[in-house]
Amino acid sequence: MGELAAPRVRAPRPYVNPYLGGALLGVVLFLSFFITGNGLGASAAVNHVEVALLKLVSPDHVDRVAYLSEIGGGSRGPLDHPGVFMLLGTFLGGMLSGLANRRFRLETRRGPQVSVRMRWVFALLGGLIMGYGARLARGCTSGQALSGGAVLSVGSFAFMFAVFGGGYALAWFVRRLWN
Amino acid sequence: MAPFDLTPLAHTLAYDLIFLAIGLGFGAVLELSGFGDSRKLAAQFYLRDMTVLKVMFTAIVVAAVLVFLASAFELLDFGKVWVNPTFLAPGIVGGLIMGVGFIVGGFCPGTSLVAASTLKIDGIFFVLGVVAGVGLFGESVASFEGFFQSTAMGRFTIPDWLGLPYGVVVVGLVAMALLMFWGAELAEAYFGDRTAWKDIPLWPKPGRKTAAAAVLLGLAVVVALQGQPSVDDRWTWVAETAEAQLQKREIQADPAELVALRQDVTLRVEVLDVRDEADFNRFHLSGARRITRDDARNPAFVRELAAAPDNTIVFVTSNGEADATRVWRTLKAQGVLNLYVLAGGINGWLDRYPPGPCVARKARAPAGKDALAWDFAVAVGDRSPSAHPELPRLEPEPTCADDRAPQAVGQAAGHGLAHGHPAPPPYVKRVKLQKKTVTKGGCG
Repeated sequence: MGELAAPRVRAPRPYVNPYLGGALLGVVLFLSFFITGNGLGASAAVNHVEVALLKLVSPDHVDRVAYLSEIGGGSRGPLDHPGVFMLLGTFLGGMLSGLANRRFRLETRRGPQVSVRMRWVFALLGGLIMGYGARLARGCTSGQALSGGAVLSVGSFAFMFAVFGGGYALAWFVRRLWN
Repeated sequence: MAPFDLTPLAHTLAYDLIFLAIGLGFGAVLELSGFGDSRKLAAQFYLRDMTVLKVMFTAIVVAAVLVFLASAFELLDFGKVWVNPTFLAPGIVGGLIMGVGFIVGGFCPGTSLVAASTLKIDGIFFVLGVVAGVGLFGESVASFEGFFQSTAMGRFTIPDWLGLPYGVVVVGLVAMALLMFWGAELAEAYFGDRTAWKDIPLWPKPGRKTAAAAVLLGLAVVVALQGQPSVDDRWTWVAETAEAQLQKREIQADPAELVALRQDVTLRVEVLDVRDEADFNRFHLSGARRITRDDARNPAFVRELAAAPDNTIVFVTSNGEADATRVWRTLKAQGVLNLYVLAGGINGWLDRYPPGPCVARKARAPAGKDALAWDFAVAVGDRSPSAHPELPRLEPEPTCADDRAPQAVGQAAGHGLAHGHPAPPPYVKRVKLQKKTVTKGGCG
């Protein structure tokens, strides 16, 4: 039996300079406005996907709840929304960049004092809170803060300061999660 | 001119591919910047790694400079760009909740997607949490619908709020961002690299970063100096087609059509009366709003008109058509949809639905062009059956001083169009309800 060669794990490439990344993101955002008149976003499309899943299980319920019915009630196709394709593109774009830069790897990113399982629980919990807040605020960080901020919407700037405010206010109490 | 009207492409592969391509760019840039790593995102809140702030604000100012530069040089119609409507209270409360979710979960929805796509298990769990949270919101929003719809301010930008030109606000925004970047660099050196305060260079060294900052600030100044297109500039964009429509009388709608539309409960009909106050007080259509030609150029007023629901039809009227047509051009240039002129103006309206002989009589010779061609004995405002021919006559026509006998109230007229008035001659329908092309944003 010959010796098994240790799997070669090549180190991931470093991230780009944040100012360069930001400038590229700004150009993508501008192109989105220029071509479609709309900005970027993710949470609305997640909403449409969620309603599509719900419709599979209980179409009557989607028809009866006003908020859900606007998205996918009756003959409306909840997935018939350009944001759904943008969502798919975002997923594929992230994957391609991850593959090209050796960051496509099954792993859990966590703070040094947190177990893997605990990190999963907190990720699920954080996602739940985030999803709820994103719909209440009519947009997530990308759709509301980024897109609305670039076209100088008053509400988007108020929202942005609230997100950072909420995060900084709680950061000290949950410092063990990340430090 | 951009943005392009993609509605003809809807439900085609090309349409989906456009959004897919934009998403590809979005996802790739997020991943390249390190937004797929929850630790990097969370470090923002401990001031160790300010990547989130740097990327987000660079993106905002770069996009803002490009958008308003394109708009200043008339390449992009900013009126057709989706601006997230402001709902102040739910936006702030939602934002605070999201801040909590951010620090607990380590992502926001877009970045978790990128993390999940590169097989980060915490990202996958976060995405599942977002789907659940979004679902929970859909199930519970009915119980606080009032709060969810509260403090609605519509399309409301910082230049609208401060009353400053867009270019000036863009310069201010870039300057603010540069100041934040400077602070972020100091914070990273102090909290991240643990450099002693006295060893941190206070001023950035001249280099590529400072050069890029200078270019961005320079472009913002160009935006401010160039200014955004005026109403007259905007008119030149649509003048050719709009003048042709005026020539062919495609936008001058018959009084009978207006009456018929006012009877349709599925529509909102707004009548803008551009005559002076004296004529308006003598007679106007019920529900009409008197506006001046300056109002038609006031951004706040136009914003309000543009924010009206999709089923709104706006009619402009003067005594004849001349002043109404001028205001029509002004509003049309600013992108107001479903906008028509009342054919024949108020004079034509009174010919069709005349008031009683002791209220007003047709003048032998009108006082001038676009002047009221009827002599009113009393100023009736809208308290005359002529002001609302679509309604049954509830009040009697004001009587003449020397005539004691009240005029017959049109009970016999029954229901149907124009109570108590002869049936209108056949007319060509002009009004075609057009849906707004600016649709909800990707995240709206």
